Amino acid sequence: MIVNYDKCLHCGGCAGSCPKNAIFLNDYILVFNDDCNRCGRCVRLCPVQALALEARA
Amino acid sequence: MKTYECDVVVVGAGPGGSMAAKFCAEGGLDTILIEKKAEVGAPLRCAEGVSKKWLEEVGIALDPLWIRADMIGAVIKSPDGTQFKLDESKAGTEVGYVLERHLFDKALARDAVAAGSKLMMRTSCTGVIREGGRVVGIKVKSMGEEAEIRAKAIVAADGYESQVGRWAGIDTNVKLNDLNSCIQYRMVNCDADMEYCEFIIGRSIAPGGYLWIFPKGNGVANVGIGVMGPLCKGGEPKEYLDRFLAIDPRFKDSQAVEVAAGFVSTCPGLDCAVDDNIILVGDAARIIDPLTGGGICHACRTGMYAGKVLVEAAAKGDFSKASLMPYEKMWRDRMEDKLYRNWMAKERLAELDDETINELVRLISTSDIEEVNVYNLLKTVKEKFPKVVEGFEHLI
Ligand SMILES: Cc1cc2nc3c(=O)[nH]c(=O)nc-3n(C[C@H](O)[C@H](O)[C@H](O)COP(=O)(O)OP(=O)(O)OC[C@H]3O[C@@H](n4cnc5c(N)ncnc54)[C@H](O)[C@@H]3O)c2cc1C
Ligand code: SF4
Ligand code: SF4
Repeated sequence: MIVNYDKCLHCGGCAGSCPKNAIFLNDYILVFNDDCNRCGRCVRLCPVQALALEARA
Repeated sequence: MKTYECDVVVVGAGPGGSMAAKFCAEGGLDTILIEKKAEVGAPLRCAEGVSKKWLEEVGIALDPLWIRADMIGAVIKSPDGTQFKLDESKAGTEVGYVLERHLFDKALARDAVAAGSKLMMRTSCTGVIREGGRVVGIKVKSMGEEAEIRAKAIVAADGYESQVGRWAGIDTNVKLNDLNSCIQYRMVNCDADMEYCEFIIGRSIAPGGYLWIFPKGNGVANVGIGVMGPLCKGGEPKEYLDRFLAIDPRFKDSQAVEVAAGFVSTCPGLDCAVDDNIILVGDAARIIDPLTGGGICHACRTGMYAGKVLVEAAAKGDFSKASLMPYEKMWRDRMEDKLYRNWMAKERLAELDDETINELVRLISTSDIEEVNVYNLLKTVKEKFPKVVEGFEHLI
């Protein structure tokens, strides 16, 4: 996951909306774990478009 | 690794967590309240509007320190500008104060501490500890150090993120339809009416949600928007809010001094908010008004109920799910019908196009409602627009 910290308002909304519970807001920093299944929900929901999926390796 | 022992550990020092900690500590329980942020009540994730009546119910004494503005009414507007203005005589319980949330939350945390709770700041819960199939505590990172807090029971008051419950095996996931992605600016030097809270509904303004203007006096107002999950494709909340502010003449000479984001769930609460050794409160339990997104009073109430039930459970020495179930009954008896009704109303409102919303607001503004609250509004809608309330008429 690519986080644009110039946009992110660290609201935790993506963490609370992730169906895999794969995001942790460490106050100002988002930590993503391996449970992410790339569903894209967090990307579309972020109110300020701070998230983007990385291209698949 | 450092280990703390206590009767109850409360995760999150928002209104729900502080109230739970206060009632646990008052009841003689050894209570630890943890908060991951560096400041209680900040950054803001709230429009700060509350009604007046519930404060007494949860034993919070009014303090001018955290009351920023006293509302005399509310305005509901549709996209074509049709508006319905309620003054105080008719506004009933739906309008009230605009708070200073960062001071309100700190006041509640202070009450929790005064009652005897230990408050640990900059302390994140990162998981739960299980032994013999039971949750026996939480893992934390406190000021950068890993530690364990062992407790007989956990109160998950971690707000919308609601991860503690999930780590403990309770499904707190919300459906896309049952959430709103929100953004809010604190506008200064604006021309908004400083005595009325304003709600603007309609798809072209706030898809599946609403736009709010909650004044804080002296030309200051919280102006924000919530957009329903399925209608967010990428960045809509900010786009719609920016568009509104660029057009509305009241904000021509106004600028934002604060930007805040946040999400609200809009479902009628979890199927069950307790399990062995754990209770979920407030936003973490998804107990928040699905129509208005108002959750401060729900968090305070559920925090209070959780504290009371845990004190009784401690007296019996039994923190099993069965022993904690009175909590489930308390919040449902008090709030379930209204949550369900407002959830249905939210679902229906989201389906209506701008024209219908215009007509709906026109109809309400010309009908003679004695005391205006969601219940009476829905009653009027039921008479004139029965289709909108189909399926939940019995609750109106
Ligand atoms: C944009 C917006 C506008 C709103 N406007 C209103 C309004 O006008 N009126 C109203 O009544 N309600 C409003 N609400 C809802 C209201 O803010 C919430 O319902 C209320 O704050 C819920 O209280 P809580 O104690 O359950 O959770 P919160 O207030 O969210 O507190 C949760 C706390 O837990 C902490 N936490 C989270 N995870 C962890 C962890 N792992 N470890 C340690 N700590 C953790 C967080 O940092 C936070 O301090 C609004 C919400 C949003 C998003
Ligand atoms: S939803 Fe967006 S703004 Fe909020 S924490 Fe996630 S990335 Fe940041
Ligand atoms: S893409 Fe889906 S699974 Fe991955 S972090 Fe975002 S919401 Fe969670």
